[in-house]
Amino acid sequence: MPHINEIALELKRIIAAQNADYIEARLESARSCRLGYRGRELETVAQSSSTGGNIRVLHRGGWGFASFNRFDGLKTALSRAVESARLAGNGSSRLAHIEPVSAVAPKPQHNPQLLSLREKKSLLDAYNDIMWQQAPLNTSFIGYSDGYKTTLFLNSEGSFIEQSRADINLRINAVAGKDSSVEQSGISVGTTGDFNQIRGLEKDVREIADKAVALLKAPRAKGGEYTVILDPVLAGVFTHEAFGHLSEADFVYENERMRELMTLGKVFGTSRLNIVDDGTIPGLRGTYHYDDEGVGARKTYLIREGKLTGRLHSRETAAIMEEEPSGNARAISYRHEPIVRMSNTYIEPGDATLDEMLAGITEGIYVKNWYGGTTSMEMFTFSGGEAYMIRNGRLEELLKPVVLTGNVFTTLMNIDAIGSDLEMNQGGGCGKGGQSPLPVSNGSPHIRIRKCLIGGQ
Amino acid sequence: MEHVLKLALKHAESAEVFSVVDEEIPVEFEANKLKHIQAKQSSIVALRIIKDGRIGYAVSTGSDEPEGLVAMAVETAEFGMEAKYELPYPQDYLPVQTFDPAVERISLEEMVRLGQAMVDAAVKANPEILCDAGASKHIASIGILNSNGLEAHCRSSLFSLGLGGSIIRGTDMLFVGDSHYSSHPVDDAAPVIRNVLRQLEWAGSQAKISSKTMPVIFTPHGVENALIAPLASAFSGKMVLEGASPLKNRLGQRVFDPALSIDDDATLDYQPASSPFDDEGVATRTTALIRDGVVENFYYDLYTASLAGTSSTGNGNRSGGGLPGPAVNALVVKPGTTSFEEMLADIKEGLIIEHLMGADQGNILGGEFSGNVLLGYKIENGKITGRVKNTMVHGSVYELLNGLAAIGNDARWVGGSLYTPSIYCRSIAVAAE
Repeated sequence: MPHINEIALELKRIIAAQNADYIEARLESARSCRLGYRGRELETVAQSSSTGGNIRVLHRGGWGFASFNRFDGLKTALSRAVESARLAGNGSSRLAHIEPVSAVAPKPQHNPQLLSLREKKSLLDAYNDIMWQQAPLNTSFIGYSDGYKTTLFLNSEGSFIEQSRADINLRINAVAGKDSSVEQSGISVGTTGDFNQIRGLEKDVREIADKAVALLKAPRAKGGEYTVILDPVLAGVFTHEAFGHLSEADFVYENERMRELMTLGKVFGTSRLNIVDDGTIPGLRGTYHYDDEGVGARKTYLIREGKLTGRLHSRETAAIMEEEPSGNARAISYRHEPIVRMSNTYIEPGDATLDEMLAGITEGIYVKNWYGGTTSMEMFTFSGGEAYMIRNGRLEELLKPVVLTGNVFTTLMNIDAIGSDLEMNQGGGCGKGGQSPLPVSNGSPHIRIRKCLIGGQ
Repeated sequence: MEHVLKLALKHAESAEVFSVVDEEIPVEFEANKLKHIQAKQSSIVALRIIKDGRIGYAVSTGSDEPEGLVAMAVETAEFGMEAKYELPYPQDYLPVQTFDPAVERISLEEMVRLGQAMVDAAVKANPEILCDAGASKHIASIGILNSNGLEAHCRSSLFSLGLGGSIIRGTDMLFVGDSHYSSHPVDDAAPVIRNVLRQLEWAGSQAKISSKTMPVIFTPHGVENALIAPLASAFSGKMVLEGASPLKNRLGQRVFDPALSIDDDATLDYQPASSPFDDEGVATRTTALIRDGVVENFYYDLYTASLAGTSSTGNGNRSGGGLPGPAVNALVVKPGTTSFEEMLADIKEGLIIEHLMGADQGNILGGEFSGNVLLGYKIENGKITGRVKNTMVHGSVYELLNGLAAIGNDARWVGGSLYTPSIYCRSIAVAAE
């Protein structure tokens, strides 16, 4: 394997000789492994290694980018990126100022690549056995992946940063069927490389097997508007989808109308609502020392006491909007330019209990767990893994999974109770601009939302 | 490739080397301005081996020493699944055309011109619009070599244009967009522009809609993002084998409207998803999935076919460089004879769905979809009266596609791997605020 440190030194040399407003390079070396079960079979065991890099150039406001995984043509790649930037740019280059950083970030505490395949397989085998002993299933899926990646970043301002990250992602789904009806239930967990954190899920695995079967008999929610209570997992997805994406400045910075809509100080929710993005919390999948532009991660209040107080930036969006850079420019791999992304995004805890939230709901729906979510900025949809009818303040029958949708702005205003039980959700990943899944985490306490639209017949 | 194969055969009884070398050059406009020009080069080498009767697999970006790749694959083979199939032998391929050298010669300046033309046309139609637009060219070479003597190579070209626009007024946001993919160069952005301008015109005002069931027309984009995922999942030989497909016992039965026929077809010349062979080297073909409403075939890769006691249909796919699994190549929905205008004229009160957000979050395995109508229009007395908002629909492809009102004669390619007309269904459940 070519040593990326040697290549970085060569890049540093040749970049210095170029004439452009700004140049950076990122080199990456990664190893990963995947185990995939379908039904009772361990179907996929695969290992991969990848090495590559890119050069990104800013000139007169235009970006040129060249990515590669052969290192014998660095000069050609550099001149291509420079020429591309020259062709794309015809304005002025603006980047928020940051002090150049020369650093080797502390290494992750765990490297899942050091564990044997046998050890990983034996845990997953056990989960699969438990799931199949528990309930009559049609099939099941287990998808496990882990990886360890080292990135070198350098730029024409003199930054030189080495950073490594470790990641584990596990999703387990049970599928039950009867006649032509098919239902599934699943869990999704992730860690920053600590395999021990995905042990001990036996109870959850039993539950999803039972749930998949129970869903076959569950009635469907009648579509329409309801008061809903979201559990911390789904409320976290809601925070990410409904508000998090809206606070990404790349949707805002060149759009006058969006800038008006997202003016700092504007009221988005009740005074109890606080939403934070924080890339510095140890042990969370969205955490990093430096983003992919070499800016240190930090904690940003997006909403404080109901008012818009901050947003997520790259160096360019921060400069153009004349705000502080927030260290949120991230790329999923060397094949992509960094774009504005979330890190760990959550609603801060309030003081309501679940019982207090239930009380006073004549007819509503309690939605737990997540299946997916997406947003168009104005509208969002997300789907819960399981749902229960609420009648007269009491949780009643299990419903088939529901899809919730709504207008982001009115829905945030309609959050009328926030629990005290903040939990972070580490499963899955975020997709944007063709870069998916990026490790992030999101979280929330239980929340209650008035007038939420539920799909159904 | 030969070197990796030879090295692997020192450890394994069979082996296959799969390699892709590709270069993609996108030119991107952001907020009506040229912003990014990229050149992405990449290569991967994947090695599949059968060692002591088990499958091993490893993939690398190709700059590693082959010894490392072989060692990774050997390590996985200890735990890999039992090899119930043989790697394919040399076979005849249809002469499917996939490469037009003219795509390589398209200049960056020409791509910038096309992007600018799309932005200019949209801004001219509506000065409030902010566009993201782009043109991209992509050249890929795929090679497969295995120890049964199979050797296959294919070069493909892809050129694409995309235009997306947004109009924001207060908290009201409108998103429109279209794209075009071809293996030939595209020198005219007019069709993409026309489709986007039509969306802008139809969404020009807002229409009221209330919660009830009503007839619905899915435009080709609407078909793509609401109906295709549940169908693609149900026809997967793997889902059928596992009992997770609602079609598992329905082969040969009429499940859909007699007017509905859908093929999987990777053999059409110069279509982006076409190739003479799949990612395992098996010859591609035209596979009828639905013929006149009857479930005709499911699609398979080598492994799934071996478990199901049938043969691969040339649908082995390695998305993301993983082990092959069954996936659709390109779905072709047979056009009908009804014009879009005739469908409209037939509807007293109904909905047109152009973009359904979140459709992939429903119970896809069960054939259901549920989503927010991100772009859709109300029909009243045969006329489009405006865009609907805050509207959710819920349906099952098995109910919607059985008892169709009509299939359009307006078939087009959407997204490079689906050819479909508009589809007019008798009723869908609508929930509105």
